[in-house]
Amino acid sequence: MSDPKPLQDNPMTQDPDPLEPHTGESAAEDFASSEVPELVANDSEQAMPAGRRSHTITTQGLDAYYGDNHAVRNVTIEYAPNSVTSMIGPSGCGKSTVLRCLNRMHEEIPGAYATGDIRLDGMNLYAPDVDVVAVRRAIGMVFQKPNPFPTMSIADNVAAGLKLAGIRGADKDETVERSLIAAGLWDEVKDRLSHPGIGLSGGQQQRLCIARTIATQPNVILMDEPCSALDPIATLKIEDLIHELKRDYTIIIVTHNMQQAARVADLTSFFLQGELVEIGGTDQIFTNPTDSRTEDYISGKFG
Amino acid sequence: MSTGILPPISARRRRTDRLMSGLFYAATGIALVPLLLIIGYLIKEGASQFSAAFFTTDPTGNFAGDIGGIRSAVLGTIEMVAIATLISVPIGIAVAIWLVEYGKRSKPAAIIRYLIDVMTGVPSVVFGLFIYVSLVETGIGGSGFAAWKGSVAISLLMLPIVARSSEVVLELVPNGLRESALALGAPRWRVIATVVLPTALPGLITGSLLAVARGAGETAPLLFTVQAAMGINFNLSERMNSLPLEIFNDVQSSNPAVVTRAWGAALTLVLLVLAITLLARIVAGRSRLKP
Amino acid sequence: MTVEAGSVGERSMLERSPMARLPDRALRWILTALSFGILLLLVYFFGKLSLESVDVFQHQGILSFVFSNDWNPSKSQFGGLALLFGSVATALIALVIGVPIAVATAVFIVELCPSRLRSPLTILVELLAAVPSVVYGLWGVFFLIPRLRPFEQWAADTFSFLPWVGGPVAGPSYFIAGLILAIMIIPVVSAISREVISTVPTDHKEAALALGATRWEMIRTAILPYSRSGISGAAMLGLGRALGETIAVTLVIGNAAVIGHQIFDQGYSLAAVIANEFGEASAVPLYSSALFACGLLLFIVTLVVNGLARYIVSLGDIERRVERARRSERKSAAAPGGAA
Repeated sequence: MSDPKPLQDNPMTQDPDPLEPHTGESAAEDFASSEVPELVANDSEQAMPAGRRSHTITTQGLDAYYGDNHAVRNVTIEYAPNSVTSMIGPSGCGKSTVLRCLNRMHEEIPGAYATGDIRLDGMNLYAPDVDVVAVRRAIGMVFQKPNPFPTMSIADNVAAGLKLAGIRGADKDETVERSLIAAGLWDEVKDRLSHPGIGLSGGQQQRLCIARTIATQPNVILMDEPCSALDPIATLKIEDLIHELKRDYTIIIVTHNMQQAARVADLTSFFLQGELVEIGGTDQIFTNPTDSRTEDYISGKFG
Repeated sequence: MSTGILPPISARRRRTDRLMSGLFYAATGIALVPLLLIIGYLIKEGASQFSAAFFTTDPTGNFAGDIGGIRSAVLGTIEMVAIATLISVPIGIAVAIWLVEYGKRSKPAAIIRYLIDVMTGVPSVVFGLFIYVSLVETGIGGSGFAAWKGSVAISLLMLPIVARSSEVVLELVPNGLRESALALGAPRWRVIATVVLPTALPGLITGSLLAVARGAGETAPLLFTVQAAMGINFNLSERMNSLPLEIFNDVQSSNPAVVTRAWGAALTLVLLVLAITLLARIVAGRSRLKP
Repeated sequence: MTVEAGSVGERSMLERSPMARLPDRALRWILTALSFGILLLLVYFFGKLSLESVDVFQHQGILSFVFSNDWNPSKSQFGGLALLFGSVATALIALVIGVPIAVATAVFIVELCPSRLRSPLTILVELLAAVPSVVYGLWGVFFLIPRLRPFEQWAADTFSFLPWVGGPVAGPSYFIAGLILAIMIIPVVSAISREVISTVPTDHKEAALALGATRWEMIRTAILPYSRSGISGAAMLGLGRALGETIAVTLVIGNAAVIGHQIFDQGYSLAAVIANEFGEASAVPLYSSALFACGLLLFIVTLVVNGLARYIVSLGDIERRVERARRSERKSAAAPGGAA
């Protein structure tokens, strides 16, 4: 299922100044040389039956702060296209902060800021002429708690992305249907599209939020513990959905649940005290981590 | 009953507990007594005034004989408070949006919050004076006393109430909603217009209605800005009658019939304000935002 | 409408036209401007009142205006002490009577009353705030003054050994004004206290109950200490409200510009003097200037009272307490490692 390809060979990484892709202590070389997803092999935008080519996100020397609290330290990481990268680590290790830096949501918190370099296929997201709204349109986000807009119906919630982003001329009904199908929710809600979104169950609400996110056709989807408020069955549905979605999107998921990381992720990164300890193929991280701290965490010695 | 294992509570502790609970009961009762007394008294004195003629004729100004009803006062109050609402509600909500969405916890926002609190505490009579010197005395708008100046004075009173209550309600909009809208790539104005405001709408209406209720009952600012007139007048740049002023003037009369009219007017005013307040409560009850 | 990966040119995907960015900036500027409009308004307000008061301050000096006790407009003497005293005295009486009742009501509604009575009681108490002040004044004049007089006289005779009590009872008085103000501040103080009390964490309350406290002991040990500063703040806001109340006080305080010696004596207040005498004063520049000075004085008192209220409330602000504790801890911990 998971077949990350060597990043160095990625034809889409048109990075003008190529990054050193991994932290010194990471075992990235291992995953990089593992497998290649066939669907990304053709790089043209024309006819890709298996899915759409998504973008690479890289961070270089990322530091994030809440006021004088230095929450993330010198994180350099590369998130491969059309793959799922999970971020694990104990509470407060900075994984969610890194995630929120990727679409510049971090700076929404009063007093919070980030330094360093984050690039979406080589384009610096923090460059002065970059519009933060455009960044978020390109990089969608699904939150921990399902939060459909309480004043809107199911259909309106999905279309809200279009409306909020000011996208006009799109066929609303078609977008709603396509997004709900993609989120695996269509069959459950097609007869009550005009009902309020908050009337759905927790798991359905979360899939509604995913539908809302993909309606705007982002390139990358960030997920911040998307299943932590859900029961096991709803969780399973979301995980299946994540498998589907990576055909079209780069997916980065923060999770507390190591089994979940093992189930859904192609690559897994481990954070501790604001630093990236290591990143590698999920199998390798869980079976043969390079760093002893990773091993301690995986085996449940702390966290 | 306290047998065996359960240790008995000392009689003294139990007595104190009873006594204090009793005091809390009593205090709540005492707080409600004035409300019942006032409403009862108003009904006793004023309800007899209620008649078709009372609401359909204007005060004549005659000392004896036909003194007329309170139609112009009711209409004047409604008109002036409506104008004051049009001024204060948009500005108040705008300031609240700025505080919650932009100012947040910054120093400038703290200053504005303090000023709004101060404004809430400024005596209404002082606002009346202020409008008198800045608008009435200077004859701005081509005349001295004018209804619109009264509206401005009332809006100064309403503004901080609207701003403060709206701020509280906007704070209650879950941050997750803002974040998910922003994460969808929405510019902030669209987040505010399509997510924040609709979610907070019932609360915003409640706050505004409470401000309207306060504005409708205010007398002091009108004393120096509008002054009373007898007849109906829809011209905002002239004097206009209003319920509070009608009451204030009538009650000082030595003609008992005029004083009784004051009670009728007072009952009308209280009913009007109570209706607005209850409406506000009902709207608030529908709100999805619970603190 | 879709952003096809390959079709994205350099950067273009991450930029929007200046036109598209305009509404955001415009909204921000408009909102900011309106907010600072309030600052300008209050500065202008303060300036205007000061300007209008200059005459009387020059005539007899600021200190003499505030601290001399001879309000005699016909002789151009404008000593406002009796007025200031009346404002403060009536407001204090209102606090003494109103705050305990308001707080007890709040405790009752949040902790003691059956839950189905909670919201009707809340509404009833808040309806007190819906009664216009002129109606309170009327009710005071026609109902309260005549009916309370025998009781007041009895109290004055019986408790004449207490300070400020005794003597013949005037109809309108500091006491009546204070009583009406007390009724008027009950809804405000009660509403804020209720909010403060309902934020006391359930853990604290349950901890007290689990230790075997009776309900009153729980209120005394868990609720009141936790909400003390919030309640003090509520009382200060009530004080501000009472100081500025105009029409109701004008109708029941007696409007005599003297400092009364008993609470049952007649008096005057800053707000009442403005409402009452403005008609005659507007023709006499010095006289009206004196009334503006009264307004200015009242505004300054309000400013101070509000500042004080905020300060007191902020002392008890849990978030701030936590923040402070954290900061000192961070300082002592210092050094590396502590990431959130």
